[in-house]
Amino acid sequence: MQDSSHAPEAHHEELGFWRKYIISTDHKVIGIQYGITALLFMLFGLCLMLLMRWQIGHSGQAVPFLGRLLLKIHGPDMISADKTGTLGVISAVLYNSYGAMHGTVMVFLGVVPLAFGAFGNFVTPLQIGAPDMAFPRINMASYQFYLLGGLVMLASFFIPGGAAKSGWTSYSPLATVGDLHRPNGQTFWIVGMVCLINSSLLGAVNFITTIVQLRVKGLNWMRLPFFVWAQFVTAFLLLLAFPPLEAAGVLQLADNLLGTSFFLPTGLVVSGTALHVSGGGSPLLWQHLFWFLGHPEVYVLILPAMGIVTEIIANNTRKPVWGYRSMVYSVLVIGFLSFIVWAHHMYLTGMGTRIATFFQTTTMMISIPSVIILTSLLISLWGASIRFTVPMLFALAFLPMFGIGGLTGLPLGFNVSDIYLHDTYYVIAHFHYIVAPGTIFALFAGIYYWYPKATGRFMSDFWGKVHFGLSFIFMNAVFLPMFFQGMAGMSRRMYDGGLTYAEVPAAAGSPGIPGLSPFVLGLNRTILWAAVCLGLAQIPFIINFFWSIRHGRRAASDNPWEATTLEWQTPTPPPHGNFDRPMEVFRGPYEYSVPGQARDFTTQNEPETAQPLTHGDSVRS
Amino acid sequence: MEIPYAVKIRPDTGLYNAKIGIWLFLASEVMLFGALFSSYILLRVNADPGTWPLHLLNVKLGAVNTLVLILSSVMVVFGWASLKMNNFRAYQVYQGITLLCALTFLGIKSFEYRDKFNHYEVQLKNGRIADGHINRANEDTNFFAFEAGRVVASHADLMVPAAADVKLEELKIPMSDIQDRADGKGKEIENYGPWHSSYLAIYFVLTGLHALHVIGGAIVIFAIWGPLAGVWKTDPERYINRVEVSGLFWHFVDLIWIFLFPVLYLL
Amino acid sequence: MREHTLEHAADGGGHSVEEAKKHMRTYAIVGVALMIGTGLTVWAAFINFGSREINIIAALVIASTKGFLVAGFFMHLISEKKLIYSLMACTVFFAAALMFLTLHSMSQGSIVHMR
Repeated sequence: MQDSSHAPEAHHEELGFWRKYIISTDHKVIGIQYGITALLFMLFGLCLMLLMRWQIGHSGQAVPFLGRLLLKIHGPDMISADKTGTLGVISAVLYNSYGAMHGTVMVFLGVVPLAFGAFGNFVTPLQIGAPDMAFPRINMASYQFYLLGGLVMLASFFIPGGAAKSGWTSYSPLATVGDLHRPNGQTFWIVGMVCLINSSLLGAVNFITTIVQLRVKGLNWMRLPFFVWAQFVTAFLLLLAFPPLEAAGVLQLADNLLGTSFFLPTGLVVSGTALHVSGGGSPLLWQHLFWFLGHPEVYVLILPAMGIVTEIIANNTRKPVWGYRSMVYSVLVIGFLSFIVWAHHMYLTGMGTRIATFFQTTTMMISIPSVIILTSLLISLWGASIRFTVPMLFALAFLPMFGIGGLTGLPLGFNVSDIYLHDTYYVIAHFHYIVAPGTIFALFAGIYYWYPKATGRFMSDFWGKVHFGLSFIFMNAVFLPMFFQGMAGMSRRMYDGGLTYAEVPAAAGSPGIPGLSPFVLGLNRTILWAAVCLGLAQIPFIINFFWSIRHGRRAASDNPWEATTLEWQTPTPPPHGNFDRPMEVFRGPYEYSVPGQARDFTTQNEPETAQPLTHGDSVRS
Repeated sequence: MEIPYAVKIRPDTGLYNAKIGIWLFLASEVMLFGALFSSYILLRVNADPGTWPLHLLNVKLGAVNTLVLILSSVMVVFGWASLKMNNFRAYQVYQGITLLCALTFLGIKSFEYRDKFNHYEVQLKNGRIADGHINRANEDTNFFAFEAGRVVASHADLMVPAAADVKLEELKIPMSDIQDRADGKGKEIENYGPWHSSYLAIYFVLTGLHALHVIGGAIVIFAIWGPLAGVWKTDPERYINRVEVSGLFWHFVDLIWIFLFPVLYLL
Repeated sequence: MREHTLEHAADGGGHSVEEAKKHMRTYAIVGVALMIGTGLTVWAAFINFGSREINIIAALVIASTKGFLVAGFFMHLISEKKLIYSLMACTVFFAAALMFLTLHSMSQGSIVHMR
């Protein structure tokens, strides 16, 4: 099932452009394909968010500049003129589409493909000393499924009725009866999801097999870089948690296209007419099947990020990571527990106290290994000689940002407090803190960190620091206010930004109506401007990314960061097959500042009897 | 560039790559069908009284299909063992029988599906229900014709098969006697497709998805048996691995049916 | 050449030629057992035990036994490496968790009751 079984070839014929860059089976090319595609989707998701924030902050006003373009894409049903006659008012239905697709695109087309598909593919085989993934052609197929799924999702904006508009969670019965075109955006969403799920399943099989089978000689389990452990557990989460959602997707597709009632209860009435379906279905069944994936999915979002941050912190503190063993056990426990916490997303469905308490208990339990990992990384900073490189800045920022995100999850994990906070902006703030200044910062860190290995050049240091500083400030400016909005009771998914629930002050003759205060509503404007600035702050990054390929400062060696792990032992950029000499590992992944050694790092593959270098032999670039 | 352990086993794990790969994939399939079985249980337990049928499907056909798949599983493993004993001819025969079994299974399944699509339930204006197989030869549009049907008092009466003493007979129902749909889109005439009830919905999805796996597995087994048989001459170990891996998938397909048959046909 | 490679055959069970012959007999016996099991299942389904629960349990017990035979002998799980069967054990655990926790969330005490 693999490539030629003949003796290893010294060289193979030069592949044409098509086979080298487009239908390549090389994990590095596939990793970069995933990376570029994912970053483009994330930019698209950012744009959707800006359109939504405009509507929230200026409900009923036309979007500046873009009115005609939006009208052309979405049609007059969704885009209308405001009081001054300017085109570009986003309708409530379109707002729901933007909301559903922002979530879907960011999670399934952006962050996971970048964290798992891009970084996982590029770095993992290199870090374990392998020539490629175990199944290179399946790897290529997994990227192609991803691209197909993404294109199907994008195409859904252009069909009658527009894209899916029932949340990224696609709850029935709204998902089935909300848009009565057949097929509709929901159909495309489900088909797109099936493609993406298959992509992830193929990827998961590949990653696990590769990590189990292709570790180089001497690389036993407890010598693996934490990044590889994180990808390993992530692959298991994808493998076992996605299929129930695929099953649910098939069932919802049947509801959508075949008129079945898997998730439609008996007696459903839509717009005054009884729906002509058999009934007998259960909307809660969809929720259970969705969140069975939904919860492990959030660990898929965070674990690769923790892996990246660990590598960068070890490298830039010039110390081994504190508590490596605890971190490994913690990540395994997180993987296991993440399968049995899902109904904490469903506390308000009337489950009954016994089962709710079960899920609350497991949810509290899973916070422990997460805290262990975060604490280990924090303690790793103690007594370190920190190099404040651009990757390190992002990695350091990850720690408190993930801390805030994680800790604010505790009131949501408790049944009682969640009754108040469920479906408010508090939840939005909580999970965005983990994914946005959390995971995405880790992904930025990883890009700046491994860029010199992929290209042989550094990204501009100055613009990297600008990107970091502005992003850090504006991420917090966008998401911190949302905690207060949520605690004031502002619900999610309101297209008018909560104006319907604005408080009416007491006046002569009337007691007034309690509601959202002008301060809370005013925060919508603040957040909008912060979001715009956040978007603008990504421009230096985009320019830096492409400009540095040709013009960045050259890396003076194959290992410019003076790191210990195996990916830095290849030529730059690594050729097909990765290593130009046989690899063997003799020690753990973070042998920095070992007493008695001349250099402050010892690579994993350096033989035991190597002569220590004299001080004159500096490898600093 | 060769991927290590694609054919030879890795000493410390004792496995070659594709064997781990297929078991991982099967694990994901366990979760897929597990979710569908969970859905079945939930839908059944939550069903309104008098809406979940018993013994609606043809048990004899289902049992035959079960035996056919069991035979195919035995043939697959005989085929693999023959290859290990260097008997390529025997492998070709056994695997050929496997493919015949697959076709038989699919044939019987298609017959069963068609039978369901020919089975109609017609709501009458007097509150009774006419139920049975449609007479496709009827061209008179003023009537709805059954080639074998019965009239019952309520929907719940249809949840068990007709008693032994009830004769199914030709019926011709005037269209004017048939209830109109509440949404105005014609008459209350519906066949036993997945839209008809939760039971049929989960039946079609479970067996449909299973059938797709039968087709997929059969295609792979056929490809290895037929067009790719040349690999036996050039790289016999790799060939045996392929046969083993595709065989594991096939056994899994049989395993799922072993649970599907009693759950859908007998309970 | 071919015999040479077959002696060092790469497979999870470490089968040699002699062992493969013995295994053929085992496969045949298991196959017959499965067919008998099928007949048993059909027969048991039409017995009136008084409560339908017993029919359901009987059918599931027979199906599980047949499943165990297929997995254990045809798929060689009974002699497979620890890595593989611990993977499958984990998977079965999670599938069972999905099933039971979902069902229990709709049991007595919840607003959505099971009938």
